[in-house]
Order: sequence, then structure tokens, then C-alpha cells
Amino acid sequence: MGALMKELLLYIQSYLGSDKTPGGAGNIFWATVYILLVFGGLSVAVIAMNWLERKILAHMQVRLGPMRVGPHGLLQPIADAIKLLLKEDIIPAEADKVVFWIAPFIVVLAAFTVFVVVPFGPTHAITDMNIGILFMLGVSSLSVLGIVTAGWASNSHYPLIGALRSSAQMVSYEVAMGLAVLSVILLTSLHGVDLGLYGTGASNPQASGTLSMIGIVQAQQEQGVWFVFKFFPLGLIGFFIFAIAMVAETNRAPFDLPEAESELTAGFHTEYSGFRWSLFFLAEYSAMIAVSSIAVTLWLGGWLRPFPALHGPIITIPHLWTPVDPAAGALDFVFALFPGLTFLFFAAICFFNTARMPKHPLFKIQTMGLAGFGAVLGLIGLLMFIPAVRDRVGDIFWFSAKVAAFMYLYIWYRGTFPRYRFDQLMKVGWKVLLPTGLGLLILTAVFAMHSELWAQFTGAGHP
Amino acid sequence: MTDPTSLSPPSLETHVEAHDKTFLDANELVINMGPQHPATHGVLRVILRLDGEKVMGLECVIGYLHRGVEKIAEHRTYAMFNPYVDRMDYVAAVSNGLGYCEAVEKLLNVEAPPRAQYVRVILTELNRMASHQLWLGTHALDIGAITPLFYTFRDREEILKIFEKYCGARLTTHAFRIGGLQYETYEGFEKEVRTFVNFVRPKIDEYEELLTTNRIWLERTKGVGVISAKDAIALGVTGPVLRASGVKWDIRKAQPYANYKNFDFDIPTGENGDTYDRYIVRMAEFRQSLRIIEQAVEGIPEGPVMAKVPKVIKPPVGEIYHSIEAPKGELGYFIVSDGSTQPYRIRVRPPSFVNLQALDVMCRGAMVADVIAVIGTLDIVLGEVDR
Repeated sequence: MGALMKELLLYIQSYLGSDKTPGGAGNIFWATVYILLVFGGLSVAVIAMNWLERKILAHMQVRLGPMRVGPHGLLQPIADAIKLLLKEDIIPAEADKVVFWIAPFIVVLAAFTVFVVVPFGPTHAITDMNIGILFMLGVSSLSVLGIVTAGWASNSHYPLIGALRSSAQMVSYEVAMGLAVLSVILLTSLHGVDLGLYGTGASNPQASGTLSMIGIVQAQQEQGVWFVFKFFPLGLIGFFIFAIAMVAETNRAPFDLPEAESELTAGFHTEYSGFRWSLFFLAEYSAMIAVSSIAVTLWLGGWLRPFPALHGPIITIPHLWTPVDPAAGALDFVFALFPGLTFLFFAAICFFNTARMPKHPLFKIQTMGLAGFGAVLGLIGLLMFIPAVRDRVGDIFWFSAKVAAFMYLYIWYRGTFPRYRFDQLMKVGWKVLLPTGLGLLILTAVFAMHSELWAQFTGAGHP
Repeated sequence: MTDPTSLSPPSLETHVEAHDKTFLDANELVINMGPQHPATHGVLRVILRLDGEKVMGLECVIGYLHRGVEKIAEHRTYAMFNPYVDRMDYVAAVSNGLGYCEAVEKLLNVEAPPRAQYVRVILTELNRMASHQLWLGTHALDIGAITPLFYTFRDREEILKIFEKYCGARLTTHAFRIGGLQYETYEGFEKEVRTFVNFVRPKIDEYEELLTTNRIWLERTKGVGVISAKDAIALGVTGPVLRASGVKWDIRKAQPYANYKNFDFDIPTGENGDTYDRYIVRMAEFRQSLRIIEQAVEGIPEGPVMAKVPKVIKPPVGEIYHSIEAPKGELGYFIVSDGSTQPYRIRVRPPSFVNLQALDVMCRGAMVADVIAVIGTLDIVLGEVDR
């Protein structure tokens, strides 16, 4: 028995200090832990996003948003979740019951599965697939299937039209999206280190590019530039194409035609209620996070902190166990303080608002709750100053911060733009984004093959 | 098949059934929009015949909010009927009241004193702005811009506060009486109106900033729901919808009532008769209303607010038609008096009802999303359509 325990412990420890992802190292225990962590984190993110969207949108619209459940409505998402779970689960009499039942699960499955390859750090991913980006695009487009089946199975006109709109929209924007992604994959082939097209292989002076999510970020680290600034403005154009296409892909404003409230009531999920409806909701938000993760990984340097050109030498074993390289030094250290400072800032906001809470005894519990929330945030912030913790969460922090910026953009779009009409949406997709993407791909290919041409073009050295 | 649509006319019924039989090879999809639908502004039911997203034709079903206001009038005295008209176009109750009171005054051959006239103009123009603000917010919301709604409602609130302070009610105000006003204005009324005018002027620019040059807004409204001046006149369309088609017809100028002839203001008109022009015309009307209110507040005379009207109103035998320029178009009252205390018949010419006729013409060949935009731009209130 003791020997077995020791064996188990050894198995668990064998992963620690590895320079691979748990999936890559084949360590099932840690892979499971990572899966639980990612999905737990994702659920928290969706809940937080729910609250943030309501609050931010509300403040953009000269109102307060949720204020009653918990201090500043902090518990509102939880209250809503309970309400949704307790609601009656209605399946329309005329609906195709089996398909109606399966549809939300397909959508949720597609939205969650993509996170298997999302790299929160050089080793902070469940696994590193050599076809990572293809896997992400492929699986995330499976959600169309769920939406179409949901619309069809409802056996009702509004969901049907919503589903048709949705599928047409997602399919057409995937084309432009794919072109933008291709241009990035071309960029990864620059600058001599082989990250392996078919695997995260050994170094090779003949560059060949990579499809691995981790490999793409490492290529940016290697080249010392986020791809959004590569071959300026080519990288930027690709980024914009993707940034527009991803909003359409996730059916959000101003491309939220499938669920255009004023036209189709709620689009493809009109007939859904309670828990099933909340699954669509969950899927929508995690899909938003997923596509933002792709954008961050491909163009904004994934887990890299700002100014990657001023980074220390590549440390393939993350700086978990190695001290920060003094040569890369000061800047790395300054940026390493950011996670802690951010949490302290949020804690300070909480305490500031605690002081502003009404003094009436009725608000006593809420005031205490807000102070407690601030205290928890502050504690996390302080923990992040401990060097061991600091170096481990730095990657995750930068990745999440970039994704959060995208989430804010999503909310901002929703507060600002009217909705496109269906034909106009198609026009933007096929007549604007697609030709631009094709031109971009050709130009990027030319410059990636002959980077000296780019130097002649710009009259400057290679970026 | 059990049928939830058994209330619909029989011709439609057979049509739907025939369509169901050939579902897979039918080119047309019949969709029932409303009466409970977020974008039909109340309980309008529109039966759309779609080919994909294209509208092949549509049919409006109204009457879900029918309360028989005109019939009720035959059993009420003239004064008692006054509050009922507020419930027709409930977002422009003051205008409704003005039209009714003036019609009865015309029948009685009395005229409201000058001070009452000025207060009436101020309140009516404030109400026109409130109505346009509600229109702008909901119209933009239908097209997908959710923020303008809150901006307009924030500012509309200030108007409603003035109404509330003046007569105690915010929406169905019953502000005017036959022969003038029941109440003298409250203390500081003029000052508050002036403050409001200065407050709201930059806010109108704010609305325009959100929408007027927004690319998506332009794409969604330009060339959508076009109606030519000829068609508009043929259909009897009035108000901003008619003016956006280029017809300079405003009853405030054409057949001046109250004391509108004392004020200096323009009639904004459009050229193309599309949704964007109607938007621009209404935005311009905001500013014209402000001009009128400013002049009225400057020139408001002292004096009584009620003319000499008998306690029991018994108009002489006869009939009268009187119309005013309500926010949505020409609002007319046709009253037949048999010499008793109750009207023999009242017929209302509601602008929303007549404008709604144009929906079919404006939507044919458009997309589903355009139907929503056009319903919004017609600015209908179902309380007035159904009465």
C-alpha cells in the first residue's frame, strides 16, 4: 500500500518542473487538475462577465444596473442562475424532442471544448496540439450545428429564421476569419527556429511555421514583436479582419441578427426556457471568451507582457523555478508587479464604495459584504507579490487582461452600434472582409518569403 | 390541427393551411408578427408573407386595443369626454386635449383668452418634444441601438415633471378645459420652461451625435421605406412622414389654430421620403418646437385663463370639423351636435391610423428588418389606431 502511494506521488511529482503542458507530458492527473481549473475559471468568468456587462452597459446608458442583490448587485448573476434553474422546463408540444434536447448541449460542448488548447502560459494549457488553431476554429464552428438544430427542432417560425440567419452568418464570416488566421501562420515561419508544423519539434534552421497555439506565441516572443505590429500595417489589417469577424461569429451586436430582439423576439432560442436557455447563454459568453483568446494568442502575444522586444532571452522552462534573468531585468520586474497592483486597485475601488454606502442599518450586511469582497481581492493582490506566486501567475494575468479588454470591447459595441440588416451583413462579409483578407494573405506571403523586400519597401531594417 | 388563429379572417385561414400542406416546396413563409411583439409598439399584428428574408406582402390586423372611444362619447357630456381623448395617443395626450377643446370651443363659438392660448402652445410643443423623444428612443432601439432610448427618456422625464407640476398627471394629463384652462400656471412655470429649453438644446445635439452620421444607422435608414409625395398624399399620410417626402404641409401654418400665427418657425421638409429623411425632419422639429416655446415664454401675457363658458355645455345644433397638427400628423375631430349636453357623434381622424395604411406600400420588397424600421419611423401609437 505504501509503495503504491509512493508510486502515485512520484507520478504526480513527475510533471512538476516540466517544460510541457500536462497533456503534452502525458500526465493525466495534472491534465485533470488543469481541466477543472480552466472550466472553473471559465464559469467564474462567465458569471463575472454577466455582471460586468450589465453594469458597464448601464453606466454607458445613464442608469445604475443591478443594485439590489448584494452590494452593487454583485450577487445578481447568482440570483439569476438560481432563478433559471428553478424555472419550468418547457418543451413545446410540436417540437422534435430529442433534437430539441440535444441542441443546447452541442453548443455548450463546442464552446467549452476549444479551451483545451488555449494557452494561458507556456505550460499553462491543458494540452498543446500541433494543429491547435485548426482545432479551435473547427470545434468552435461546430456550434453552428447546435444553433441550426435548435432552430429547426423548435418547429416555429422565428427560431427557424434565426437559425438560418445564424448559420449563414457564421459560415460566411469563418472564411474571412480563416484568411486572417492563415496570414498569422505564415508569419510564424519567419526567423529561423523550427517550432514544427507537425509538432513542437526540435530546432531547425529552416523555418517552417506552426499551427500550435503555444508555438504561435513563442514565435512572437522569438521575433520580439506581437503579430499585430508585424509588417505594419499588414498585421494590423489582419487583426481588424479577425476582430470584426469574431463579433459576427459569436452573434453579438452589431451582428446580433440571429437573436435580433426587435425582429425575431429571441431568434433561435425563442422556444427555450430555464436551464436550457441558460446553456445557450453560457455558450454565447464562453464562445466570446474563446474567440477573444484566439485573437489574443494570434495577434496580441498571448501570455507575453507588453514590449516583448524588450524581453529577456526565451526561457522555455517557465520562470517558475528559475530566477528572473538579471539581464532582462528591471522591465520584467516592473511588469511582474502588475497582477498584484491590479487586484489591489480593485480592492481599493471596493473600499472606496464601502465608504460611500448608505449608513442606514438596512445596508449593514451589504456594506459588510462589499468590504469583505474588497478584503478578498486585496488578499489575492498581496499574495501576488510573493515571488513564487508572482512568477507563476504572470502569464495567466497578462493573457486574461488582454481577453478582458476584448470583453469590454464587446460590451462597448453593444452600447454603441445599431444592428446591421441581413444583406448588409453579408455584404460586409463577402465584399469587404473577404477580398481584404485575400489581398492581405498574398502580401503577407510575399513578404514572408522575401523579408528583404519588406526592408526595401520600408527602407528600414527587419522589424 | 387545433387553431390558435381562429380570430383571423377566413381568407387568411385558408391561405395558412394551404401553405402548411406544401411546406417544403412553398416559396412563401407566413409569419405572424404580433400582437405581442417587442417592435410593433403595442398590439399591432402584422401578417408577413416572406420569401426568405424578403417581404412579399403584409397585412395589418388592428383592433386589439379597441375601447370604443367614439361610442363612449355619445353617452358622456362634452366636458366628461375630455379625459377620454388623452387615452388615444397616450404619449401626446396634451395635443389630443387641445384638438378636442378647440373643436368644442369652435362649436360653442367661444375663444380661449390669450394667456390660456400661450400656455396651451407651450404645453403642446413640450408634448410634441416628449412624443418625438419617445419615438426616437424606440425607433433606435428597434434598429438595434439601445443607448439612445435611455438618453431620450432621461430628458423626456424633465418634460413630464413640468406636466406633473402643472396638472398633477404625467402622461394622461387632461391639461386643458373647454374654454381655456382650469388652473393658472404654477409659480416659476416660465422659469422652469426656460431652464428646460436651455437644458435640452445640447441634448438634441447629443442624440444626433449618436446616430446622424453613424454608418450602420445610415445603411439601415437611407433608402428604406421610401414613399413618394404622390403616394403619401393619395394615402392621406400626414405629419413628419408626409413632410419627409417633400410636401410642405403643416396645419400650424396651413390652417393656423390656437395662436400659432403669432410665432415664427419653419416647417422642416425632406426630399427622399425615406426613413433617414423622416428622422432628420423630426430632429429638426425638435429645434422648431424649442423656438416656439422660447417665443411663447417671452410673449406670455397676463390675464384670465378661462373664457366665459356656461356650466352646462349645450352647443347649438350643427357640426364641426377641427384639426390640429399633432406630433404624428393631422389629428381631426368631427363633432355632430344635436343641441343636447351630449355629442350626437364624434369621429376622430387619428394620424397614426391613417399613416399605418402606408406600411404595406413602404415595406413591399424590403427585408424583415426594414419592416421593423418602417413601423418605427411611422411613429404609430396603437391606442390611437384602435381608439
